Amino acid sequence: MSTRDLLRVTLALVLAGCASAGATRGGMEGPNLGREATPAQIAGWDISVGPDGAGLPAGRGTPAAGATVYEQKCQVCHGAKGAGQPNDRLVGGQGTLASKTPVRTIGSYWPYATTVFDYVRRSMPYIQPHSLSNDEVYAVTAYLLHLNGIIGESDEMNAQALPKVKMPNQSNFIVVYPSRGK
Amino acid sequence: MDESKRSFLKRAAGLLAASGLVAGGAKRADAVEPPDVAPSMKAPGAGMSEYGSPAKYEVKVTRTGIRSQPGTTGSGASRAPLESLDGMLTPSGLHFERHHSGVPDIDPATHRLLIHGLVKRPLIFSVNALLRYPMVSRIHFLECSGNSQVLYQPAPPNLTAGQTHGLVSCSEWTGVPLRLLLEEAGVDRGAPWILAEGADAAAMSRSIPMAKAMDDAILALFQNGERLRPENGYPVRLFLPGWEGNMSVKWLRRLKVVSAPIMTKDETSRYTDLQSDGKSLMFTYPMEVKSVITRPSHGMTLAGAGLHQISGIAWSGNGTITKVEVSTDSGRTWVDAPLVAPVLPRALTRFRLPWKWDGAATVLKSRATDDTGAVQPERAKFIAEHGNNAVFHFHGIQAWSVATSGEVKHVYA
Ligand code: HEC
Repeated sequence: MSTRDLLRVTLALVLAGCASAGATRGGMEGPNLGREATPAQIAGWDISVGPDGAGLPAGRGTPAAGATVYEQKCQVCHGAKGAGQPNDRLVGGQGTLASKTPVRTIGSYWPYATTVFDYVRRSMPYIQPHSLSNDEVYAVTAYLLHLNGIIGESDEMNAQALPKVKMPNQSNFIVVYPSRGK
Repeated sequence: MDESKRSFLKRAAGLLAASGLVAGGAKRADAVEPPDVAPSMKAPGAGMSEYGSPAKYEVKVTRTGIRSQPGTTGSGASRAPLESLDGMLTPSGLHFERHHSGVPDIDPATHRLLIHGLVKRPLIFSVNALLRYPMVSRIHFLECSGNSQVLYQPAPPNLTAGQTHGLVSCSEWTGVPLRLLLEEAGVDRGAPWILAEGADAAAMSRSIPMAKAMDDAILALFQNGERLRPENGYPVRLFLPGWEGNMSVKWLRRLKVVSAPIMTKDETSRYTDLQSDGKSLMFTYPMEVKSVITRPSHGMTLAGAGLHQISGIAWSGNGTITKVEVSTDSGRTWVDAPLVAPVLPRALTRFRLPWKWDGAATVLKSRATDDTGAVQPERAKFIAEHGNNAVFHFHGIQAWSVATSGEVKHVYA
């Protein structure tokens, strides 16, 4: 090998060394570009409510107050007293799940009452989600639970009461993860 | 050929097409012989274009079976026209859609992803920040768990392969392994669940097992080489290989690490599978082994006895397709159909098989097996096990009848 060749090879090795100096193992290391979120930010963003009631906000509502909200904001799509049409039926259907024509509603099917609050607050009324106050969501939730015969006509729903409501179909759900898929 | 003869042929072809006697575009084109030097050779063609589109002769190849809840346009689904496609990938513009409250218009400059809950440092990421992370690229199918739902019905639907099975599509997805971001946030390794939430008007949300999030979950930013299409979650979506489509939450805005499932509407009221005894299966995540012959299929007419090519797709959310058997004699005998490379885990796998049709009436079927040993069941067996009310996760064998006229139809057989 001539001196010139030797120089060339050395230079190439040095350059290659420089290029790889900043590389990380397998390239699978994050650059840490997340900004720390403040508690206030998180409180504003977090709208999920678990079955234990975690995440439920302050506020309250009764079936009577909920009837007014329902008639004004929901009935046009879900029918009088939750009977359905044009969109999903929300009331009734108990005792139909093992039949040829099961009717799945909040009353006949839903395993947790907290889901009604969580879902209505995040996505209903369909054309104007996030427009109801927390009191209105509690009230319309109470109204739908009462129409389904699950709570009494003057039972108030709030952060303490809602997670205690026992839904009639809860014990009929069989969790198949992780037994059936991983 | 002289001019009058040519225009007669052209008129005749037009009449045939108009009378519906010939179904396929290929046959119609075959009726007219081109001149020795085609017109396209006699003048320069069109110029370059900024964003290409399919040939104008293919305008009829569109998403199909578009349905939305009464009074809405974005609470429903559109399906990939499987019978018009070949290969393993689905063009992004034909990828199926399933939205719960329409496709949001999200400016990436103002979109953020929040990771919080049981983590040491709750973090907010901009889309630009995510684009600087290490990425992986993976070819995977995505299937809505409601795909082929009509096959729960007691009578075979009068629908094409796309209309029955088109809630499955396959793309190359590129994005950041979710594990990287969870580690940066200092995730509590013992926390078993993560709530994922979208920035659409449904604030679509699902609880995801931590094991999946740390295994192969991707925060996808690119689909088939370009940034995600709006209807597929632009600017960023979760992607969970092999699992029911709605868990791959689109327009992802929030991940909350939690100690138990949130029990959202879409993991309780929907996407649970009602069995005939009135009990419901919950958290049925992987999409089971499945296949369908896409050509020939319902709505097509074979042009006569002789050699035809059977083409179809197979997939499994639990692994890799190892075998697709095809029967051309109503399920009496089965032959292994060659699988088309590459055969990838949790991806659509194309199979093709030459078939000499003798002109007699028969039924075509395909049956897939994956590397866990799972075999696609006959429809009757599947219904006997699960009943007609489960709505989701149908994966029974699909049968197409071929009449002596060549007409192909959906049958239960
Ligand atoms: C413009 C029509 C419309 C209005 C108004 C409306 N909804 Fe809905 N609702 C829908 C549609 C459409 C869906 C299905 C959404 C989907 O596909 O996930 C739905 C779903 C629901 C569900 C879930 C049903 C199930 O069985 O899974 C509940 C509960 C519900 N709405 C409650 C309400 C309440 C409470 C209000 C009033 C505050 C309301 N809706 C107003 C259209 C509407």
